[in-house]
Formats: sequence, structure tokens, C-alpha cells
Amino acid sequence: MEFAFTEEQEMIRDTAAAFLAEVSTSEAIRQAMATERGYDPELWQRICGEMYWQAIHVPEAYGGMGLGYVEVVAMMEQMGRYLLCSPFFSTVCLASNALLVAGSDEQKSHWLGKLCAEGLTATVAFNGGVNRWDAQCVTASYRREGDAFLLNGDYRYVIDGHTSELLIVAAREEGSQGEQGLSLFLLPADSAGVSTKWLPTMDQARKQASVCLTDVALSADALLGEAGQGWTALSEVINLASVALAAEQVGGCQQLLDMTVDYTAERVQFNRPIASFQAVKHKAADMMLQTEVARSGVYYAACVAQEALEGGELAAELPEAASVAKSYCSDAYFAIAGDALQLFGGVGFTWEYDVHLYFKRAKSSEHLLGNGAVHRERLAALLLDTEDVA
Amino acid sequence: MKLSFSAEDEQFREETAAWLNENLTGEFAKLKYRGGPGDEHTYPKERQQWEKKLAEGGWTCVGWPREYGGRGCSIEQQVIFFEEYARAGAPGRVGHIGEGLTGPTLIAFGTEAQKQKYLPGIVAGTELWCQGYSEPGAGSDLANVKTRARFDDASGKWILDGQKVWTSLAHESDYCFVIARTDPDSVAHKGLGFFLVKMDQPGIEVRPIEQITGTSEFNEVFFDGAECDAQDIVGAPGEGWKVAMGLLGFERGVSTLGQQMQFQNEFDQVVELARRNGAGQDPAIRQRIARAHTELKIMRYNAMRMLSGQSGSDGSLQKEALIYKLFWATWHRSLGELAMDVMGPECEILEGGPYELSRLQSMYLFVRSDTIYGGTNQIQRNIIAERGLGMPKEPRVAVNQAVK
Repeated sequence: MEFAFTEEQEMIRDTAAAFLAEVSTSEAIRQAMATERGYDPELWQRICGEMYWQAIHVPEAYGGMGLGYVEVVAMMEQMGRYLLCSPFFSTVCLASNALLVAGSDEQKSHWLGKLCAEGLTATVAFNGGVNRWDAQCVTASYRREGDAFLLNGDYRYVIDGHTSELLIVAAREEGSQGEQGLSLFLLPADSAGVSTKWLPTMDQARKQASVCLTDVALSADALLGEAGQGWTALSEVINLASVALAAEQVGGCQQLLDMTVDYTAERVQFNRPIASFQAVKHKAADMMLQTEVARSGVYYAACVAQEALEGGELAAELPEAASVAKSYCSDAYFAIAGDALQLFGGVGFTWEYDVHLYFKRAKSSEHLLGNGAVHRERLAALLLDTEDVA
Repeated sequence: MKLSFSAEDEQFREETAAWLNENLTGEFAKLKYRGGPGDEHTYPKERQQWEKKLAEGGWTCVGWPREYGGRGCSIEQQVIFFEEYARAGAPGRVGHIGEGLTGPTLIAFGTEAQKQKYLPGIVAGTELWCQGYSEPGAGSDLANVKTRARFDDASGKWILDGQKVWTSLAHESDYCFVIARTDPDSVAHKGLGFFLVKMDQPGIEVRPIEQITGTSEFNEVFFDGAECDAQDIVGAPGEGWKVAMGLLGFERGVSTLGQQMQFQNEFDQVVELARRNGAGQDPAIRQRIARAHTELKIMRYNAMRMLSGQSGSDGSLQKEALIYKLFWATWHRSLGELAMDVMGPECEILEGGPYELSRLQSMYLFVRSDTIYGGTNQIQRNIIAERGLGMPKEPRVAVNQAVK
């Protein structure tokens, strides 16, 4: 048992941190978030060309680096810390995972190849604009027409949906219910009948869009995975992405904690740095506790996610590990962001200081892919509603 | 990162489980899931016999070096031992203070004579220890110790006067390690000594403290001219604080994973009850059960991080180790509340009169001590903020009056 990063993983993390400290400055974030696109395309090309981050956990056979999900998580933690504006989460943590989980060899070769070699951007659209993240959140539908499929429906909360070149969409066969009848489709964003629209968001550093499909005709080779069996794949993608998002949340927690410790050491009131008051220290201690607990949860989930992608022993634990991580990290990040804002006092309320960027991200990450309560209910069902095994 | 244990370690796990399965039977069967914090008053004599049984099998002091009679187990194997021990429902150890605190302290700071005199009895499970740290005026401010040790030239012995409190298992113990002031004009952490004191002597009186549970496992210990041989001071007079703090470092060890297995047993009882009595369909209860489950899971991952890390080698605690006490104590306290809320109004009804608590009721009351002993939650937060985050200490009122 060695529940710690290897030297190589530490190096990857430190390299990412150093690069992000240079490129994702407060000024750069604010420039990117003010645009509709939401990121600097030159920086994305640099990330894809020099750092090769888009290829990190894609197997070498498909042109990737062949590293694992622990490395993805290590990088996401740093991106959360530096609030990088980029299509990394949508492309790598949603779309690549969907291709890895459900794609045929040919689909993986083609699309993962483009993603690794050309920096193609992609995302997954599945939620029809409802406040739930189980199979019933998919409201778009399809009808079979011979070997082909005709898709109609709307999606909301699609991360980078207005800029992605490839959309992976979930739709249910007309008349199907729940987990039955779901299918995933590969859909280039410029296909006929696809319209995407940027949705202005409170957290400007991560862009969301709506996607509308009107009589989109797709041939059989657009089908990703088996028809009607899409929920198994989609739920695994949601779990994998939840682990990555939880890692981003841990990075945000750490950054807020560091910022708060620095600020309270400098801020003097009553002739003392406010960091010397126990009322301040105890809040900071709670922030550190939540950050470290969140981190332990995410690292474990990362190991499980890696095994899930490799078909390892712990693969079956993924739904539980993902919900443990996502529920704890969601609550921790928002609580820490609120405490940080409070400890910064008046300046924490300003646009000028960066605290609000993290405070807003904390709420957006909390609700994306299910908040703490949603994931706890998933865990409660596992604990309380299953048949007695004994 | 690698989560699995080696084949060799898995074999050790089987060996451990098999021994426990074979020996936790007959006269010892009734000890299953008994003893430990909150239940320390149960079967003390029988658990002392169990301690000897463990020793016969070579299962005491598994983490000690072989030269001192230990089993020389790796960290992984110690983890496995404590996990399997708790999984088997083996009883709370009465020898844990000697094994976990006295032994490592003597191995680190003791003289050769002290090691030879005291370590074998701990390994054999025949000599039990208790801890004399807290005093009525020295709780969170532990350095404010007033118990005095005076060297008597005539008898060549140390003479101790004062009072210790919250001494668990004092009435069952053969020895107590005591911090006492060797320099009467000293203050705070200077001028203390660390003494190994025999309990069975006229100068020592043990009085049980009746707790919130109506039972007693903590005691007050009064020293009135108690004697301690000259060679039974660990370190030099005046160096007691250093020894005492070194000892606290040993406390974070690997036994935490065993503690978690006990928590898991308690949590499983709560879940089972919720499934049975319908509370498990209440959305608010479901959220709390899931939260407790989440945090218990992560507690284990956190301990795995702690044990995989470098803390311990240089004595400095990593961040995940610094938060550990605050995290588990707060979790355990919440579990007690959850247990009562799952029971609903039935939580008020006792097993019998006059004050016979069920295990869950007893747990609910006893866990109130978890966030107080061993450094209150408030002291833990100070430690985290100061050592973990480098935040400044609260300015202190100048100490200018010596302890008289």
C-alpha cells in the first residue's frame, strides 16, 4: 500500500502548478472570463502543443500519453487552484472519458486521435434543464428511421457547449423511461439542425451553453456504444467527471485557504495581525481540516477511477467513491469560500480581489453533476434501500 | 498511488484473522465488542486474562522492535493487525497505554535498566500502565502541572505530592507515568520530571469519577508522599516536558485504523436500526447517515495517507495527521447524536433500572468526552492553525508568578 503520489506524479503536478502560476494569473482569468468563448485559444493551443495535457490519460495506441486518472486528478487540482479558463474539463473529463468508456476502436482512433493531435475541443450534453443528475435528466429523444436516428430536444448546463467542435449527446428512444432506452451519439457541432447558445453565468470563468437539436439525422456510425444501453456508459462518465470536478474543488479549497492565511497575517486591527485572534485561527483550522479531508477523499476516488478505466479490482466501487468525493468536496468548497470571504472582510466583497471568483466557482461546481445532497442520497440508497446481503 | 497490500501482507492478514478466530472463543467469547472507551468498566479481570493470551500468541506490541520483545511488524502489518483485531470484535485492550505510550517512550528516552525492568511486563501483558498527566488545574494548559517531586536524600527516593485526574484504568494498573514539578520555583514546561511510579503503595489513593454515563472508568489519583526510586525518572530532572511531548507523538500511530473499524461497527448498528425501524426512509436522516458514511470512509483514506507519508520519520506531523484528532472526535460525537435521532423517542427508554444504558445510549453519552480529552477541539484548532498554517500565537498574559 502506498497511498501517496509517486515521484513522477509529483513532478507532473509541480510542472502543472508552475505553468499555471505563469499563465493563469488574475489578469489572464479576468480577460478570458470577459469573453463569450471563455478561454484564450492561443493558450489552449500552447497547452495542447507544448504540455500535451489534452492527451494525458488517452492510451498511447490512440495517440495519447497513456498516463492514468490519478494524473488527471493531480492536474485538475492545480487547475482548480489557479482557476484556469480552458476547455480541459469538457474535453478531457467529459468527452474523452465518454469515448474511452463507450467508443468502438474505430471511434476512439478517429476522435481521440484528433483530440490529441489537433487539440479538438469536445463536450458531453445530457441534462435537459432539470434539477437532477440521474437518467431522468435526459429529456432529448430519438426515433429510429431504418438504420439511422432522428434526434430532437434541448440541453442546458452544457459546459463549453457553444465552443466545442464535437458534441457527445445523450437522448432517449421515444416513449422510454428512466434508465431504459438511452443512447449516446457523436455529433459534430456544425451538423445540420444543431444550434448552440452561450448562457451567461454567475461564475464567468467556466462557460455554459444550451444546445438545441431539431430533426438532427444521424447514421448508425454516430452511435457511441450500444443503442438503448447508454445509461451504463453515461453514468460512468458522470462518475469519472465528478471525481475530476471534486479534484478541482480541492484545488480551490487550498487556494482559498492559502489566500486567507496570507491576508489575515497582513491585515492589522487592534494593533495585531488578525491571524492572531482565535476567532480567525479556528475558522482557518476548520478550513484546513475540510481541505485535507476533501483531498483524501479525492485521491482515493482517483485510484478507484483509474481502476474503473482499466477494469481493475476496485472498479465496482466507482459510484460510491465518486459520490463520497463529490458530496464532501462540494460542501467543503462552498463552506471554505464563504469563510474566506468573511475573513477577508470588506475587500472580499469587491470585484477587485479574487475571492469572489472562487466563491462563484464553488457554487457552480457544487451544483454541476449533482450537489452534496444529491450524492448523499445516492449513498443513502446504497446503504438503506438495498436488499440484505446477509 | 497503490491501494492494495502485498501478497505477503495479505498472508499476514489471514494469519492474524485465523489466530483471533481460534482464540476469541470459550471463556473469551463474551468479551467480543466489549471494553474500550465508554465500556472500559466491563470485564476488567477477564480482559487482563485476554491480554496474557494475546502475549502467548505473540500479538502484543506488534510494532515494537524485536530486540525489545516486539513482533517487528511493518507499518502495513500493524495496520492489518489493528484492522483484523477490530473486525473480529476482539475486546478493548487494557494494555494499550503500556504498549502504545510507556514502551515507545522508554525505547526512545529510557535507560537500559528501565527498558529491562519495564518492557518485558508490557510485552507479557502482565503489567498494566496508566497515564498521570492532567490535573485539576492542568487540563488544556497541561504545562501548569502542580504535582511536586522532591528528592529525599535520606531515602534516596523521589517523593511525590499532588493530584492527577482523568486517569483511565488507574484502579487496574500496576504503574503510572507521572509528570511532576522537580523545581518548585519553575513555571510552565520548565522544571518538570517524568516518573515511573508503582501504584500499589501507601502514598497513592485512587478514587473513581462517576461519569455522565453513571459508570466509572476515569479516576482521580492522589499522591501523598508517594515514593519513586531514583532510577525511575526518565530523562533528567527538568526534562520531563520533552519526554512527555515525545510521548504524545507516539499516540498518533497506526492503531487509528483499528479505532475506525470500531467506529464502523457502531455505524453499522445505526444503519441496521434505521433500516429496521423506518427512520431510514426519512430524507433528513438519510442525508445524515450518508454524511456519516462519507466521513467515515474518508477517515480511513486519510489514515492511509498519513501512514503512507513521511510523518513519523522526522517527528513532524503532516497536515493530514494534524487534523486527525479533530476530525474523528467531531465525527464520533455526531454519530452519537445520529444514533439517538434514528431511535427517536425510544432513545429515552433504558435497558433497565436504575441506569442501565444500551450500547448506543452509552456511546451517545460517552462520545461527549472525545472532543474534550487528548486536546479539546479548541486546542486542536490552535495546534492546526499554529503548526499547520503558521498563524501567530495568541498574545499571552505574562507569567511572572512561580507556582508555589
